[in-house]
Amino acid sequence: MARATTPRRKALTTLAAWSVALIIFFPVLWMILTSFKTEASAVASPPEFLGASWTLENYAEVWSRSDYPRFFWNSVVISVGSTLLGLVIAIPAAWSMAFVPGKKTKDLLMWMLSTKMMPAVAVMIPIYLLFQWLGIYDSKIGLVIALMLMNLPIIVWMLYTYFKEIPGEILEAARMDGAGLWNEVVYVLAPMAVPGIASTVLLNVILAWNEAFWTITLTTTKAAPLSAFIASFSAPQGLFYAKLSAASTMAIAPILILGWFSQKQLVRGLTFGAVK
Amino acid sequence: MSTQSTRFAARLMVAPSVFVLFIWMIVPLAMTLYFSFRFYRLLSPERAGWTGLTNYTWFFKAPDFWLAMGNTLLLVGGVLVITVVLGTLIALLIDQPVYGQGPLRILVIAPFFVMPPVAASIWENLFMHPQNGLFAAVARGLGGQPILFLESYPMASVIGIVSWEWLPFATLILLTALQSLSSEQLEAAEMDGASGLNRFRYIILPHMTRAITVVVLIQTIFLLGIFGEIFTTTQGGPGSASNTLPYMIFKQAIVAKDIGRAAAGGIIAVILANIVAYFLMRGIGKNLDA
Repeated sequence: MARATTPRRKALTTLAAWSVALIIFFPVLWMILTSFKTEASAVASPPEFLGASWTLENYAEVWSRSDYPRFFWNSVVISVGSTLLGLVIAIPAAWSMAFVPGKKTKDLLMWMLSTKMMPAVAVMIPIYLLFQWLGIYDSKIGLVIALMLMNLPIIVWMLYTYFKEIPGEILEAARMDGAGLWNEVVYVLAPMAVPGIASTVLLNVILAWNEAFWTITLTTTKAAPLSAFIASFSAPQGLFYAKLSAASTMAIAPILILGWFSQKQLVRGLTFGAVK
Repeated sequence: MSTQSTRFAARLMVAPSVFVLFIWMIVPLAMTLYFSFRFYRLLSPERAGWTGLTNYTWFFKAPDFWLAMGNTLLLVGGVLVITVVLGTLIALLIDQPVYGQGPLRILVIAPFFVMPPVAASIWENLFMHPQNGLFAAVARGLGGQPILFLESYPMASVIGIVSWEWLPFATLILLTALQSLSSEQLEAAEMDGASGLNRFRYIILPHMTRAITVVVLIQTIFLLGIFGEIFTTTQGGPGSASNTLPYMIFKQAIVAKDIGRAAAGGIIAVILANIVAYFLMRGIGKNLDA
């Protein structure tokens, strides 16, 4: 919807748009700034901006007080692992729904999505007991499975909408040339689907990274990711703002950086391929 | 041109997804249903047994049950309205030609990267805290009294926090829809003398119906189960002013250690989700096909 405008108008919209963007971003910015202040400076009134006393001590202390690398590694394994496992299960399903749709395909997709409507709290105890019973409580593999199942409907849905945009004639041509199902998927479909798959992976890694219910419910120490790390830093409220901010920044920084670098894929991923 | 064998192969390929999701749904649901009719308290294990509907009647008779139901729907509705309206306005704004579109978009989607416990604790401590929060400092600076956000307006505060988390999602989807609108159509309308408001009402808004549907559908799914933000900030309080159904269930399970009651609450939550889904699909589901 790009249209010709006058420079004056462009300057005015720029001003308005940047103001709005900065307001939305401000809480994150304020948290990052606070994480570099001393505790006294963090709660100073009136609030200190440039005149604050800056320090790296909060990060040093958070680092020494907890095993950040382990939490970080658990987060990476759980979010990437659950997404990859989800892909393995979802790609064939999305492929067949997109290219061999039946009468029930739409209903099936809706049903998959509806499994996400069950509030997590409602099934917390059964899942907890099941995980204990299966011996996967507080294990990375357990969380990989739980988060995979949580995100699977979204992965299937996203892939389905991307796959549907691939013209079926190309697949038919490949089939005519004698390509089997496997070759069709690997050599024809996969290369065309890479951008869609990349967006799907990105969005689901972020969703899994930020998941904070199952990751806290189903872990104690061994498999706890950064969401649990931050929960352990939620000190008595109103205290230790600088350290809380430093820990918070450390918990979200990896995903913030990943998200910003892959903004284009992410924007496509966030729209679930459902909007053009 | 799908032959019998491709159809069979196709079924086979969908099977794993359907199978694991079915298990993930049905086993915990069956267990919850079973527990909901049992007397099952962790603190008195010797009294285990069938108890009929008492777990359910406890919920319906609980003084804050209807309040919690209302709050659950208020949270979903409030966040939907705020994110769709603000998201539309922001999308219209940043769809205009502006300097630094890329960095601008990065700032707007930032809240999406903040995990809920962090979002809740930033807002609770750094902003809304009546002593040390930034809002309190601003209020004092202006010579006023700090507003006790989480004490006086707990639901509004929680809705505000959750809206901030979901605003990027709504904005991005609506923005993408907006960008696919042909500019010729708008220019033609402009030449015919259609006012800005009319252009929005008759051209832009109808074009965005599908995008709004996606926003409402996806957000509702996530919002019905919102729990962490309330746990971190108000803990359902003060009193039970910001109690929601998920939080009520959590309290029964973890604080009261009454698994039977928590399970009954879980079944009620599942029924509520189904009712909402039914109306959602009837109301807006048709928009998804186009």
